[in-house]
Amino acid sequence: MLEIKNLTVNYGAICALHGIFLSVPAGSIVTLIGSNGAGKTTTLKAISGLLRPNSGEILYAGRNIAGLPPHAIVAGGLSHVPEGRMIFANLSVRENLQMGAYLVRDKKAMRQELEFVFATFPRLQERERQIAGTLSGGEQQMLAIGRALMSQPKFLMLDEPSLGLAPLLVKTIFEKIVEINRARGLTILLVEQNANRALEISQFGYVLETGKITLQDNAATLRQNPQVRSAYLGGG
Amino acid sequence: MTEFLQQLINGLAFGSILALIAIGYTMVYGILRFINFAHGDIFMLGAFAGFYLAPKIAALIPLPSIAGTLVVLGISMALCAGLGGLIERLAYRPLRKRPKLTVLITAIGVSLFIEYAGQFFFGAAPKKFPDILPVWQVTRIGGLSLNSNQLVVLGVSLVLLLALRFIVLKTKIGTAMRAVSFNPEAAALMGVNTDHVISFTFALGSALAAAAGILWAINYPSIDPLMGILPGLKAFVAAVLGGIGSLPGAALGGIIIGVTETLVSGYISSTYRDAIAFAVLILILLVKPSGLLGKKEIEKV
Ligand SMILES: Nc1ncnc2c1ncn2[C@@H]1O[C@H](COP(=O)(O)OP(=O)(O)OP(=O)(O)O)[C@@H](O)[C@H]1O
Ligand SMILES: [Mg+2]
Repeated sequence: MLEIKNLTVNYGAICALHGIFLSVPAGSIVTLIGSNGAGKTTTLKAISGLLRPNSGEILYAGRNIAGLPPHAIVAGGLSHVPEGRMIFANLSVRENLQMGAYLVRDKKAMRQELEFVFATFPRLQERERQIAGTLSGGEQQMLAIGRALMSQPKFLMLDEPSLGLAPLLVKTIFEKIVEINRARGLTILLVEQNANRALEISQFGYVLETGKITLQDNAATLRQNPQVRSAYLGGG
Repeated sequence: MTEFLQQLINGLAFGSILALIAIGYTMVYGILRFINFAHGDIFMLGAFAGFYLAPKIAALIPLPSIAGTLVVLGISMALCAGLGGLIERLAYRPLRKRPKLTVLITAIGVSLFIEYAGQFFFGAAPKKFPDILPVWQVTRIGGLSLNSNQLVVLGVSLVLLLALRFIVLKTKIGTAMRAVSFNPEAAALMGVNTDHVISFTFALGSALAAAAGILWAINYPSIDPLMGILPGLKAFVAAVLGGIGSLPGAALGGIIIGVTETLVSGYISSTYRDAIAFAVLILILLVKPSGLLGKKEIEKV
């Protein structure tokens, strides 16, 4: 469904991605792990159009979307839950969700989507009128994911969804990700520091180090890899 | 007492015109974090649009009349909305990724350009704005003589401010404006074309400034290409005073400046009337640096 070929992204003179190759088959969950500053966020931002790649191809459903503006990419069914959630703190929970459905014209489809999001995250329904900036960290993450689902995506990218959450909530969020993947057949590209959990729910994994893919394998195999274990799984 | 009420109404009318202009400054600041110094000149262009439109409209709808005034007002607003969007497109959009200072200097350049182009095309000498609104003296209430013009100014401003409030709080594009002003990247990820929202914001602010220009010209019918400078500056002060970025703040700031300036020049001295806005600004910023209704904001990276 997504096929990245030789993608290079520079920040001015600094090269953040040195020609990476990555592929996410339809219906699967693929995890991208890597230490701080490896280029994970840069990869996602290039895919969703927030960053302009310097070279390479990003084939989404067979079409090269590299360099398109973000709004055109969302319109194609690709949704990005950014690092740090980036919810609209000045809008209510409901308005945040409405913004997620900005390109959805069909009122009925939008209502159905809202129902799905509320069914997945009942907490959001309870807080519908609350100003999003006053939500707890976990609730904000639910809102960020819910908001991304409102655009009726076929492909979802999540940038460190478990960051800063208590262990119990981390577990919930990962369960929800699997649930969304199964219930909607949504293809997911997951970026995580919590490598063990992420690989547990994924079919395939990539390891990114200073802008280069250094390892790639089936998630289960990757979890057994001694290098990965010592670097990203804390020996566990 | 009646004289005080009289002055108060004058002040409110003047203040609501400033409020209409101030909204444009604060909206653009809210979205792009820069002061559009050419905004006062849109106010002037609004008045001149009315000046040139009036004779054409008079051929269709007899003037002075309320219907005719509304048509002149509506068309001037629409023209200036288009112009505001165009200025954004041509002058500011190419500089989107440049330092704020570059954009600020460009805005001053645009302002000077409009003022000199105005002098070239309209002539530098003041012109008499036509009587488009029928004037009737509302019955004196206990010696208080209410000029109908001022009531119209108050009424039209109120309607426009309520309409703006509705657009910003209740419509899809308004929600998008608030989202973009909070975080343009996140808004883009929702599928918002941020350039469209920015253009819309300029158009909306310019329409209100044009309305202010017409209302001003109805009250003070001498118009010239530099007439936007001082009201523009005072409206900018009003926006800062109310808390730049805050819409209710801009409206409140406009009213405060309008009323204070009118009362002080009526009762104390009119020599320094143009300095009063700044005096009020300094006083309020000393007590509340972020402005009356402004939020403290960490400069974004
Ligand atoms: N706007 C920017 N300007 C310059 N360099 C940047 C910019 N954003 C990121 N970088 C650099 O690019 C590299 C990759 O950053 P990126 O944010 O993609 O890392 P990451 O893998 O997401 O890290 P983390 O796990 O800490 O989020 C880093 O060296 C970072 O310093
Ligand atoms: Mg990151």
